[in-house]
Amino acid sequence: MTRDRSALLERAYDKAAAHERLSYKEGVALLEDGDLHVLQALAHKRRMHLHPERVVTYIIERNINYTNACVTYCRFCAFYRRPGHSEVYVLTNEQLRSKIQEMVDAGGIQILLQGGHHPDLPLTWYEEMLAFIKGEFPQINVHGFSAPELEHIARLEKLPMRTVIERLRAAGLGSLPGAGGEMLVDRVRDVIASLKTTTADWIDIHRTAHQVGMTSTATMMFGHEETLAERVEHFERCRELQDETLSYNPDGGFTAFILWTFQPANTAMWRYPKLESHQYLRAATVARLYLDNIANLQASWVTQGPRVAEISLLSGINDMGSTMFEENVVSAAGTTYAMNSESMERSIRECGFEPRRRNVWYEEVTV
Amino acid sequence: MTEQSVTIPKVFADSPIRDLMEKALGDERLTLADGVRLYESDDLAAMGWAANAIRERRHGNVTYYLKNRHINYSNVCKYDCFFCSFYRKSADDEGGWEWTVEDVLKHVADYKDTGLQEFHIVGGVHPDLPFSYYTEMLTALRDEHPGVALKAFTAIEIAYFAELTGKSLTEVLSELKEAGLAMLPGGGAEVFADRVRYKVCREKADSDRWFEVHEAAHALGIPTNCTMLYGHIETAEERVDHLLRLRDLQDRTGGMLSYIPLRFHPDNNLLGSKKLGEPTGVEVLKNIAIGRLMLDNIPHIKAYWVMLGIKPAQLSLSYGANDIDGTVTWERIYQMAGATTAPEDMTEERLRQVIEEAGRTPVERDAFYNEIADTQTVGVS
Repeated sequence: MTRDRSALLERAYDKAAAHERLSYKEGVALLEDGDLHVLQALAHKRRMHLHPERVVTYIIERNINYTNACVTYCRFCAFYRRPGHSEVYVLTNEQLRSKIQEMVDAGGIQILLQGGHHPDLPLTWYEEMLAFIKGEFPQINVHGFSAPELEHIARLEKLPMRTVIERLRAAGLGSLPGAGGEMLVDRVRDVIASLKTTTADWIDIHRTAHQVGMTSTATMMFGHEETLAERVEHFERCRELQDETLSYNPDGGFTAFILWTFQPANTAMWRYPKLESHQYLRAATVARLYLDNIANLQASWVTQGPRVAEISLLSGINDMGSTMFEENVVSAAGTTYAMNSESMERSIRECGFEPRRRNVWYEEVTV
Repeated sequence: MTEQSVTIPKVFADSPIRDLMEKALGDERLTLADGVRLYESDDLAAMGWAANAIRERRHGNVTYYLKNRHINYSNVCKYDCFFCSFYRKSADDEGGWEWTVEDVLKHVADYKDTGLQEFHIVGGVHPDLPFSYYTEMLTALRDEHPGVALKAFTAIEIAYFAELTGKSLTEVLSELKEAGLAMLPGGGAEVFADRVRYKVCREKADSDRWFEVHEAAHALGIPTNCTMLYGHIETAEERVDHLLRLRDLQDRTGGMLSYIPLRFHPDNNLLGSKKLGEPTGVEVLKNIAIGRLMLDNIPHIKAYWVMLGIKPAQLSLSYGANDIDGTVTWERIYQMAGATTAPEDMTEERLRQVIEEAGRTPVERDAFYNEIADTQTVGVS
């Protein structure tokens, strides 16, 4: 390491320890050359500074994928089926009802509702689905529709994004997930998902949601085409938008940041060597230090497994994520971990924290 | 390692275990009380940093792996250890088996001349097989696979052979060595404290006997490994006591090559049915780090990936471990206890990728930790 680089790294450590904002160059220096244990200690200190109570939160939520038909053909995806394929499905209202009922019976309060980009379903179909869900289960929050799904619907209907979001919200949509973020770097998006929402459009859709008063989350799927510096570029895009939202809304728009590692099996990108956990842990610590304006970081037990999720709780992460119930996307790529509220609470306690149930806005939910 | 890199980073200035970091880095031996403090601390980053600094001082950036194959010749066992999901009372019971020497040869026939370095051979304590079965198995393997080291039989099996034949441990080990035995694995140690052994494995050889076997092996020039099975009913103090007994033996003989902390798996065994959960990932890393910090005289710390899971094993490479074991291929002891790692799918190429993701340099070794020049990535996969 050059003397300049060492000095930059030392300055980044000092600023991180003092809870100061890191520059892009400092973020890159940390991710590329930072000592893992120093990063872990700094990130854990930051996490305890932001969340001084020894609490780790989680949500009882069910994943529901309303369809797997998709016309976007992302190379990293093992879940979608082309329209006309014999395995294409669209969930019926009855199927939705029984899935949600099962979750409600287990104490659940939210569904994560996402699907492929179906070529034929009009906006009214989505409105009716939301109206059905809210009619049957008015107490449930629908955390639904990734930015690319919204863009797909807006294109089909030739409607402005704001109109689509407002109509879905009026029909019962509560908040937006961060899916489809992948890597918010167009060079990378061109390689892995050339037909999908661009970086600027993904950001703009979340900006619109924030402007109409909705919250969303931000995600990053990494470990494929991108460089380490591009991971930091992704953090920067999210931090910028959150700054902008904070300028008119003191609560901000992103409630949480979630990062996970790309699972290559059964995808067109199977040649990329699969990341296990070393790069995950490094990225999680730098995310905690860099994203100084996003309050919560979720563990990705779905890709990392419960054991690494536990380690992440001492590495900057303060939330165990969701119970999921079913997971169809990562499991299609061959990775099948499972956690329920009991095993999550046990993991959290064993790591020295109190488990606490939350809603999508990170408010405590009493059982 | 330069002077600069052993300076403890500023972020650890207020660590509650700062004094222990300094002590370990200053090559001062940690005591029982020190070890207990480490186990009770949740400053994972600080103990990881110290253990890693010592690991890098000894081994630099190198991480070892090897091409090996497990042979679990039988799971028939006369003992009933509460943590075990592997054993059966008879080969006729569901899930039970015993291989003849011919079966053993058949199972590993594909490995001839593939660059395999080691057979790891362990089984239950079989009530009926004669001692000649074991010597014949070793000799047959040696003749068929010259150049593959035979690492065979835990101290529990060796102690039983002495009981079976009425011979001394030295006699038994000499005969096995004559037949081809190169090394003893570290199993059967569990936790040495009598209180724990009485509760989880009261029938098997006691801790004194375990040490007698290893000491006798070392006297004959047979190197061994050592283990600790953690995460069931043992206390922090009992763990540290275990490590100190290993350190004492190593002071006397210098015969142990590596220490392997083994994570208890709770499925399909009596202990697990008592609602014991799995040890956390944090426990995995702490046991690696504390092993490195306490055992200043054992050269290698192994993150046995089959037992820890490939992800925690990979992280262990930054918390004190310098070895990840090998390709393994056919393993039943932890599979039957609910381990979700599938050794059948592990290839040499994948092991190297996992090591490289952690920023380490993969180096192929033989059973005795000699580096293999000109590492091939072909061979057995």
